[in-house]
Amino acid sequence: MAHRAQPVIGTTGIVAGGFVVAVVVLSFVGLGLRAEVGRGLGPSEWAAIRFTVVQSAWSAVISVICAIPLARALARRRFWGRGALITLLGAPFILPVIVAVLGLLTVFGRTGWVNEVLGVLGLPGLSIYGLHGVVLAHVFFNLPLATRLLLQGWQSIPAERFRLAAQLDLPPAMIRRTLEYPLLLQVVPGAAALIFVICLTSFAVALTLGGGPRATTIELAIYQAFRFDFDLARASLLSIIQLVLAGSAALIALWIIPDFPLTAGLDRKLRRWDARGGVQRALDTGIIALGSAFLLLPLMAILLAGLQGLPEMPSVVWKTAGNSLGVAVLSIAVLLAIALPMAGWISTRRAGGAEAIGLIGLSASPLMIGTGWFILINPVADPVPLALPVTALINALMALPFALRILVPPLRDVLTTYDRLTRSLGLQGWPAWRWLVLPRLRAQIGFAAGLTGALSVGDLGVIALFADPDRATLPLQMYRLMGAYRTEAAAGAALLLLAMALGLFWICDKGGRWGAEA
Amino acid sequence: MRRTLLATTLLATQAGADTSVLTVYAGDYFTSEWGPGPKIEAGFEEICNCDLQFSTGDLLPRLLLEGERTKADVVIGLTSDVTAKARATGLFAPHGQDNAALTLPIDWADDTFLPFNYGHTAFIYNETMMDAPPASFDALLEMDDDVKLVIQDPRTSISGLALVLWVEAVYGDKSADVWAKLAPKILTVTKDWSASYGMFTDGEVDMVLSYTTSPAYHMFAEEDFTKKAAIFPEGHYFMVETVGKIAKTDAPELADAFMAYVLSTDFQQMIPTANWSLPSALPEDQWPEGWAQLPLPEKVLFYSEEEAESRKDQAIETWRTALSQ
Amino acid sequence: MLRLESIRIAQGDFALEADFEITPGRKTAVIGPSGAGKSTLLGATGGFLPLASGRLWWQDRDITHTPPGQRPIAMLFQDNNLFPHLSIAQNIGLGIRPDLKLTPEDQARVDLALERVGLGGMSARRPGELSGGQQSRAALARVLVQDRPVILLDEPFAALGPALRQEMLDLVQELSAEAEATLLMVTHDPADVRRIVDDVIFVEGGRAAAPQPAKSLLEDPPPALRAYLG
Repeated sequence: MAHRAQPVIGTTGIVAGGFVVAVVVLSFVGLGLRAEVGRGLGPSEWAAIRFTVVQSAWSAVISVICAIPLARALARRRFWGRGALITLLGAPFILPVIVAVLGLLTVFGRTGWVNEVLGVLGLPGLSIYGLHGVVLAHVFFNLPLATRLLLQGWQSIPAERFRLAAQLDLPPAMIRRTLEYPLLLQVVPGAAALIFVICLTSFAVALTLGGGPRATTIELAIYQAFRFDFDLARASLLSIIQLVLAGSAALIALWIIPDFPLTAGLDRKLRRWDARGGVQRALDTGIIALGSAFLLLPLMAILLAGLQGLPEMPSVVWKTAGNSLGVAVLSIAVLLAIALPMAGWISTRRAGGAEAIGLIGLSASPLMIGTGWFILINPVADPVPLALPVTALINALMALPFALRILVPPLRDVLTTYDRLTRSLGLQGWPAWRWLVLPRLRAQIGFAAGLTGALSVGDLGVIALFADPDRATLPLQMYRLMGAYRTEAAAGAALLLLAMALGLFWICDKGGRWGAEA
Repeated sequence: MRRTLLATTLLATQAGADTSVLTVYAGDYFTSEWGPGPKIEAGFEEICNCDLQFSTGDLLPRLLLEGERTKADVVIGLTSDVTAKARATGLFAPHGQDNAALTLPIDWADDTFLPFNYGHTAFIYNETMMDAPPASFDALLEMDDDVKLVIQDPRTSISGLALVLWVEAVYGDKSADVWAKLAPKILTVTKDWSASYGMFTDGEVDMVLSYTTSPAYHMFAEEDFTKKAAIFPEGHYFMVETVGKIAKTDAPELADAFMAYVLSTDFQQMIPTANWSLPSALPEDQWPEGWAQLPLPEKVLFYSEEEAESRKDQAIETWRTALSQ
Repeated sequence: MLRLESIRIAQGDFALEADFEITPGRKTAVIGPSGAGKSTLLGATGGFLPLASGRLWWQDRDITHTPPGQRPIAMLFQDNNLFPHLSIAQNIGLGIRPDLKLTPEDQARVDLALERVGLGGMSARRPGELSGGQQSRAALARVLVQDRPVILLDEPFAALGPALRQEMLDLVQELSAEAEATLLMVTHDPADVRRIVDDVIFVEGGRAAAPQPAKSLLEDPPPALRAYLG
């Protein structure tokens, strides 16, 4: 067997992967050091585990079911502002949860816009509180993701096939059978699995919209065990259950998770012969309008409340915004330092199992990782100055699975396409990264960085446990305002948070594309 | 002149007093510019000739995690639901102050944790939205189910726990029935007080579980007189925040000075408007203007630390079961 | 001298054997039916395919296990000969140093090579801004700066029109003559063979035959070659 030189060396990737595992495993070692025998799992914890699985399953199924008609309508209709709408529809996915809940309540709450309208029409109101409220919020967050994945799938159907279908004058039912069902079969299971995993670790959503203790998720039970009983053993046990649950779902899902598409580039000029007029067009228009309303009205609510609150916002909010920005930038740096070598390692392997390592960070409880590290650091150093870096690290780990999904498939593509050329030029190691991988993957790197930055800005994180007055982040500051009766100022802070999350995403994403060619 | 004199008396044994630092652990809300922290810092530094540094975070978990290595000299803001666990750490020393100076509506015999403010649980309503607020706890239970309340989770929030103990104290064995009657009126249960109160000010609910002193914020900070606490003759559960001194402090004199400062008139007079709660050691006639007119309950309910510890698990389980139906 | 010593390349059911030497400085064509293994032969020589057995020699050096970039060989493929995100100058510079840390002398060599292939002044352009023929010239410029004694062409000009292809082959011929390089190229076209090469390797039935002088071979082809030429 001839020596096969890899242009991107696997060792750094293995080191990065090992680092991720070590961060999580060591945190459990830390927890183990301090855990005493607690009371174990009671009926309320088992109820939480059951509820978590049930709500995640519903959230995943409904997100995907709603995404199918929306993606189809978007795929076959061309209208002014379509590209902008698609970009905007992606916003809820990177929206900070605490901000989103405020927006959802304004729209769907008991005295919200929807119920006002229903009241005027003399119709009975609807309640957002309960399992369905949790699911509604999760659909709000994940419908954009599901729609993106499906839309990408739809647009991957070659134009020639639609031309053929038009030539044969296939009726809609036949187009569904020949073109759309095979596609759905390919994309839907993976999209649902990914959303299932995301919803498993949900925390904040269930708190307010759950309607009561029956809507307790595992992450909330972890928080209670930690905060109320200081039962580290129970908190760790729950955390491990969550890890195993999410991890095994993820492992199964990894085989079927579709590639994570880029945000833009979805505006390919493509004549759709199956886009008919009449009822079909009216239906598509209705679906797009409904989907947009569902996703954009809460954003508007945040905007309106925030604009009123902005003048009330104390100046300290800006300082905490600076801290949050710092954490986000650090998260992006950490993420890229981990994700790029890992992606390089994974894409040179045939089996995708290694990517599962990336999911550990998402499935493990951030609270428990943070606490574990606090215990480990405390004997040797003061953990407080490390609160921000640790938060940045944990945020980066949460974004890692998405980053890997974004980076691995195109990286694999690049390495295959230029395999012989790189080898004939002896291009490997850092020069291969510098001259081949980084420039080819600019758009994807920008996208992954933007996603990480946005998720990181919005995350309350472990900082709440150990934050010094000077180290508060914007979400924490928002909580402080709410805790001091300053609801209006908090709404202003929420708007700032929203603007920062979207802005960071936009800058990184655009930066990745700017001047990108070929 | 006065400052130097005080410093010399208080810190007689301390050399180079100018540089000495008192580290005070406080709850997260404490040090924000609208919290009591900055005023306490300025007030104490005025007399101590020292540097008071706040360190904020989740108090009890942090103390438990840090253990003997804690850098705290004093811990301020421990609520009565966590004092048992805090005491069990063995980190605290007697507070050294005379409990007789306290003006609490209950007897306070604890010599480790010194109260610095108090309040009571209460349901707050907006009188412009609600013309017939319940006049008693019984009346609250009999309200139409269309009247919506928001409460806090007793497993994550001190006020939520106080409510569960409140129900326990008023109704005892009948608590399960009480929760069953309340369940349809409870719109949702939030993790913390802030989220609940935000829903109330946004008009999402009619009543929120909060404190008897909450209307004071609206009255004195916003000149809004529409928010009222519903006062029940059955009594209201007492809630208190305390200060504790760390036994192994490296600044014991400063810590003692701080404990004394907590009971000083300066500190006590600042508490109402800085923390929107009632001072623990100040006769009513010295309260800031308007505060004495705040409607407060005649009857105050409170479980001692041991009693609360022994009752709370069962009370929470009763709550959880009833609300999970 | 490039020597293929009893080599055997196996890919699934397919296998190709060869055992011959290629005389330095000669231009050799590899011809044969589709799927016979012409590209396979070049790929293995270039180091992109492993040998199942046998050895590959350059002069006295055993290069059987040498990575492609370290062989005395420059190669052009059917496609993807240039990185689309790098400028022409950078693409060519990679042939001198893979980390692109170029000295002023190296830069001068790049410019000279560009001039030589007729792309003077186009160094800052990206491949996407060039025509197909210009892209081929750029790739040849890189082969030039690589300065390797052996050049392998796996039909890099297949996508060009006939006239342009001729032009490129003429350029290749000139360049390899100037560099006194050994040229090994896959082709389908007997006209190419007549015009350019000295020798022919006929690949068929799992064997690559030893190089034969082109002229005599075409004048009196063996039966298998006759069948291929039609």
